[in-house]
Amino acid sequence: MSTLTAQRTAAGTATPGARTPKRRPRGRAELHPMVWVFVIAVMGFSLIPFYWLVNTSLKKGVSLSQGELFPSQPTFENYVAVFQNAEFLLALRNSVIIAVVTTTVALVFASFAAYALARLKMRRKALILTLILSVTTFPAIAIAAPLFSIWREIGLYDTLLGLIIPKLTFALPLAIYTLTSFFREIPRELEESAYMDGATPFTAFRKVILPLAVPGLATTAILVFISVWNEFLLAVTLTTSPEARPVPVAIAFFSGTSEFDQPLGTISAASVIITVPLVVLVLLCQKRIVSGMTAGAVKG
Amino acid sequence: MATKSLSPGRWGSSSGMNGRDREERRLAFRMTAPSLVLMALVAAVPIGYALWLSLNQYSVRTAGLSRFVGLDNYVAALSGPHWWAAFGQTFLFAGLSVSLELVLGTAMALLLNLAFKGRALLRTVVLLPYAVVTVVSAITWETMFQPNLGLVTNVLSTLGLPGGDVIWLGEHGYAMAVIVLADVWKTTPFAALIILAGLQVIPAETYEAAELDGASKWQAFVHVTLPLLRPAIVLAAIFRTMDALRVFDLPFVLTRGANGTESMSMLAYTQLRENRLVGEGSALSILTFLTVMVVSVVYIRFAGGNIREVAKEEQ
Repeated sequence: MSTLTAQRTAAGTATPGARTPKRRPRGRAELHPMVWVFVIAVMGFSLIPFYWLVNTSLKKGVSLSQGELFPSQPTFENYVAVFQNAEFLLALRNSVIIAVVTTTVALVFASFAAYALARLKMRRKALILTLILSVTTFPAIAIAAPLFSIWREIGLYDTLLGLIIPKLTFALPLAIYTLTSFFREIPRELEESAYMDGATPFTAFRKVILPLAVPGLATTAILVFISVWNEFLLAVTLTTSPEARPVPVAIAFFSGTSEFDQPLGTISAASVIITVPLVVLVLLCQKRIVSGMTAGAVKG
Repeated sequence: MATKSLSPGRWGSSSGMNGRDREERRLAFRMTAPSLVLMALVAAVPIGYALWLSLNQYSVRTAGLSRFVGLDNYVAALSGPHWWAAFGQTFLFAGLSVSLELVLGTAMALLLNLAFKGRALLRTVVLLPYAVVTVVSAITWETMFQPNLGLVTNVLSTLGLPGGDVIWLGEHGYAMAVIVLADVWKTTPFAALIILAGLQVIPAETYEAAELDGASKWQAFVHVTLPLLRPAIVLAAIFRTMDALRVFDLPFVLTRGANGTESMSMLAYTQLRENRLVGEGSALSILTFLTVMVVSVVYIRFAGGNIREVAKEEQ
């Protein structure tokens, strides 16, 4: 649903109330052969790097340094090494805590704000939306630099909480924009009948809007989770020890199992390990992610 | 978050509307306040503090020792070579990667809008790199271009083409190419999906009309599709440019900023964390901030007419 709205707005043909019917794509059965060449090229560009990352992670020693197209002696040693690496496991734990806490808190705060922005009468709504939007364009370094000093003063430097707070600041605008567009999709009649029954706007929000917005909340949660999991600059600036480092930073500072080993094998294995859950997430929730990306993007 | 109850029939009568309006506005204020306060505290306050830090110089030896130097840090940054080099590299990176992403994204969107067997599969495959953490995207492309063990370097040297024996991350132009590729790979899906959303609302009749007028497929694309797609493409361009100007992860992992690939954010980070120059680092981060803000304002003024229309609709 929200994709449709996004599409209408994107093309600048928004007519409130009138839904564009989903068209069948045109041109079936008259595809130029060049199109197939292009399809294969696009698929290759998307998939070959994945293949090479996995390929590299399965090789060691000579077969790694010779760059074999197919590993002649595939080995899981790199994976074993990664899972025996205490720092990597700590980083995984840190990333999960940071991403889950940030996503949950952002969703609670943002659902309030998004409801007010989508539905309630409010002074300076456009200004507030613009301010929230402008936060999404802030370069993280402008916040990381002063926080580096402030956090060291007040003891939040190199702690999980010290990462969650600034990550929340960047997660909130994303969540608010995506949710606002989802809340707008919910027909007003449902709230109006709740008002008829004597509900307050806040009750209507809790009892009518929130339950109906569960798919939108799930989509927003996925998008926020991915973006928090991915964030690097704040994480690298505000941490220094394995106790607080999340996965992207740990991988960036990963060295091989021994000084004499090409570390790229283990680094690739670690990369595969943290990529698999996200790839599964994308495969399972493809439709949601696409609708959230386009809806949130058009509005935000 | 408790609220006083509103009387029923709120939408029916017009009497007492002002009281209810006030009630509703108050609720709206309370519901947005937590988010706004948090963003102000953790975004606006630190930037203000960074401004203050950037006007001082801090002793690298004695903690807490500082002196006010006014705009000296800015003067030093703007008259030295490092800032302008990082500035130039960041814009070079943004220009290259965003143009590639828009061209490739438009092509992908056109493909995904065609009806053919395997369209759903193509959409899934195209979306996959989006799930990859940027740091992993950097590592993936490092494995592709690493001397000896990389796929691209191996294929190039087997075919006897130039580039096979190059240490890609060790030379400026080559290193920049790898950084751009890593970015294009991960973020083109985003551009493609935004543009696809714009493409799907162009009515079929528009094409039929063009066909009746005897337009070729290419003419129809240039004169009908592209102009109608402009808002979606501009939107993708804005988002991608803002993101590209903040680039940090890719050069950090791939080159640590060596070989002239240091971005604005990286330069500020290096001064701050590695060289412990708090004043200089803060000045550089404020300069980065101002640069990105100026670009976003210019973009929205000159290219983002549709953004303002959307904003008006929101009211």
